[in-house]
Amino acid sequence: MIDFGYTLNPSSRINLDNFDRNKFEKLSKSEPDVLLCIGCGSCTASCTAGKYTDTSLRKAILSILDCNEKAAVDFAASCLLCGKCTLVCPRSINTRNLLLSITKIYGKKQ
Amino acid sequence: MKDRIIGGYDNFVLPFMAGVIFLGAYLLIGFVRILYNIPSGDRKKLLISLITPKTILKNIRDIICDCLIHVKIFKRKALLGYMHASIAFGWFMLILLGHIEVALFVPERNGILYYPVFYRYFVAEQHHTIRGGFFFFLMDFFLLMVLSGITLAIIKRFRSIIFGMKRTTKPSLADRIGLYALWSIFPLRLLAEGFTAGISGGGFLTNSIHYVFASFFGNDLNILPTWWAYSIALGLFFFAMPFSRYMHIVTETVLILFRNAGLKVTKPRKGFAEAEIYSCPGCGLCIDACPMNVLKKNVKYSSVYFIRFLRRHNTRKINEIAQKCLMCGKCSSICPVSIDSCGIRQAQRETITNILPYDYGFLKKPGLYPVPQPDCSTDPGKEKVLYFAGCMTHLTPAIIKAMTGIFDAAGTDYYFADENGGLCCGRPLMLAGKTRAAREVIEANTKMIMDSGCNTMILNCPICLKIFREEYSLKGIRILHHSEYIEELIQKKRINVKKNNMSYVYHDPCELGRGCGIYEPPRNIIKMLGELKKAGKERKESICCGGSLGSITLNYHDRNKITEDSLDSLIINNPENIVTACPLCYKTFGNMAEIPVMDLAQAVNKNIIKNKQI
Repeated sequence: MIDFGYTLNPSSRINLDNFDRNKFEKLSKSEPDVLLCIGCGSCTASCTAGKYTDTSLRKAILSILDCNEKAAVDFAASCLLCGKCTLVCPRSINTRNLLLSITKIYGKKQ
Repeated sequence: MKDRIIGGYDNFVLPFMAGVIFLGAYLLIGFVRILYNIPSGDRKKLLISLITPKTILKNIRDIICDCLIHVKIFKRKALLGYMHASIAFGWFMLILLGHIEVALFVPERNGILYYPVFYRYFVAEQHHTIRGGFFFFLMDFFLLMVLSGITLAIIKRFRSIIFGMKRTTKPSLADRIGLYALWSIFPLRLLAEGFTAGISGGGFLTNSIHYVFASFFGNDLNILPTWWAYSIALGLFFFAMPFSRYMHIVTETVLILFRNAGLKVTKPRKGFAEAEIYSCPGCGLCIDACPMNVLKKNVKYSSVYFIRFLRRHNTRKINEIAQKCLMCGKCSSICPVSIDSCGIRQAQRETITNILPYDYGFLKKPGLYPVPQPDCSTDPGKEKVLYFAGCMTHLTPAIIKAMTGIFDAAGTDYYFADENGGLCCGRPLMLAGKTRAAREVIEANTKMIMDSGCNTMILNCPICLKIFREEYSLKGIRILHHSEYIEELIQKKRINVKKNNMSYVYHDPCELGRGCGIYEPPRNIIKMLGELKKAGKERKESICCGGSLGSITLNYHDRNKITEDSLDSLIINNPENIVTACPLCYKTFGNMAEIPVMDLAQAVNKNIIKNKQI
């Protein structure tokens, strides 16, 4: 590729056709609290692993809704399950189970 | 004394013999299966423990105390203890005496399984000779003991509250068959021996029965039917045993051998866990104990039902219960058989979560922790303190402030390891079943701690404390909870506290009390600060605050109910303050309590006498 001296941002287009309804229903059955999230970001702000990586529950949930499953699993991959986010969540979401459910349903088993 | 029946056999022994052979075969196969499934290292441990005199003595003591006399239940509630002990000990003595009688009086029948059981039918004896009368009395005495136990058991089925149990287990079908067979065995034995007493002799109980019934029953005709019924009841009981809770009568002894050998649960359904599952007596003490049962709908999450589903291989239910549990350990601590149900739950969680993908590459990055330069100049005997606050304490900065206040007052030279955010200790991962991931975190933390060159480590959080003590290998480092450290500081007069006229109640955090066995240090400190009031349920039986990281799927609403229940138990004696020693309990109670909640460090820091040098 010729370097023209400028870059393009990756496409941020959301293709809702990629949304896997079955998986999301499975997720909301496994942890109904996923529907409560208001995306405030308290979880990310308090995250222990978030200091070293870009672990973020908020972004993981958003990525699922934006049909980007792989990104969602990546945002949850470094979680230490310490439970700080559960305590700070203004909606009292059971975050630990939500994170485990996301990896369980969207991630590939090792 | 002579054989009454030539050949020493009658057809009525058949149901009993069939039951015994079936049970024996079942037990043998089960035992071999368990041995096959435990790791080979554990098998070696078991073998060594069986020939070590110290463990042999411990095994014998535990078997007598737990299986026969049920000391643990006696301590809880004497009547309930008597009910269990009378049946177990009485029955054991009946069997033992039966064998002694055979060995003494008809030695040629030694080794015939049914002979001691139906001894009275086969052997005629005089009750007025001393040795005959002696055994008649003993046999009748222990039979009476068992009968009293059975009577209590029947009463318990209908009104368990008399025995201190609000709820009791709902028996399954096999349990019911076993239960009714057990209830009928001993009355039938009494009748059978009573009807035979005219021929074979009898003691104070059986002879009296004989005299009462002789006039209008024509005892001789009833001899065979009652012996048949007795034998059938025994046979039925033995056939029901492997499928019911009564299996614990035999398996509990095996479990004690395994436990004293130091075996641990590795797989949720096989090996040691299987021995535990079959040792559950289904007594239901754990139902009242479980904090989740403040909500009626949660009764099925108790350990006794969890184990029942494990026996039935009902995977869906097993997973649901395993994920729901708070892992507070209360059921295990009051269990008369000490079944480590939390260990089984954790092993079950591993089967679900240990295979999930994760990425802890960041742990290997250099400069994860700001490690201080080890101070080599000072003498090695000097205390070098590493303070590890932990994740939860970072959400409650008031505790950190109080701790640093105490350190300053004591003049401790400390290094605050995770001042700017550190790692998690790994315990929450462990509890969730992600053991592989937890090992990586443990490794990273161990490196940090060993690099720091400290020799004392102070932790605020009991969740961290438990894993640091059990899973980390930190040689030469004392790992202390802040309650232990503060007690030490006060004893060494490095800090002084003043007594005020406030009253306190202390909440035992699950992981600190039941988890690490620390009950006294926090109480000793509070007694120096003010009046210590008793909680409704404390120490071993303290109720989880509801915030526990152990539960994965319990939602906020259910947790709140547990917190309310726990608070009700704490404020029963109207204390002015609630003191706890865990940041998670502090935070959970803080949101809901009507009276001030504080951590132990805060309570001490408030009452510290500063500038003691002046």
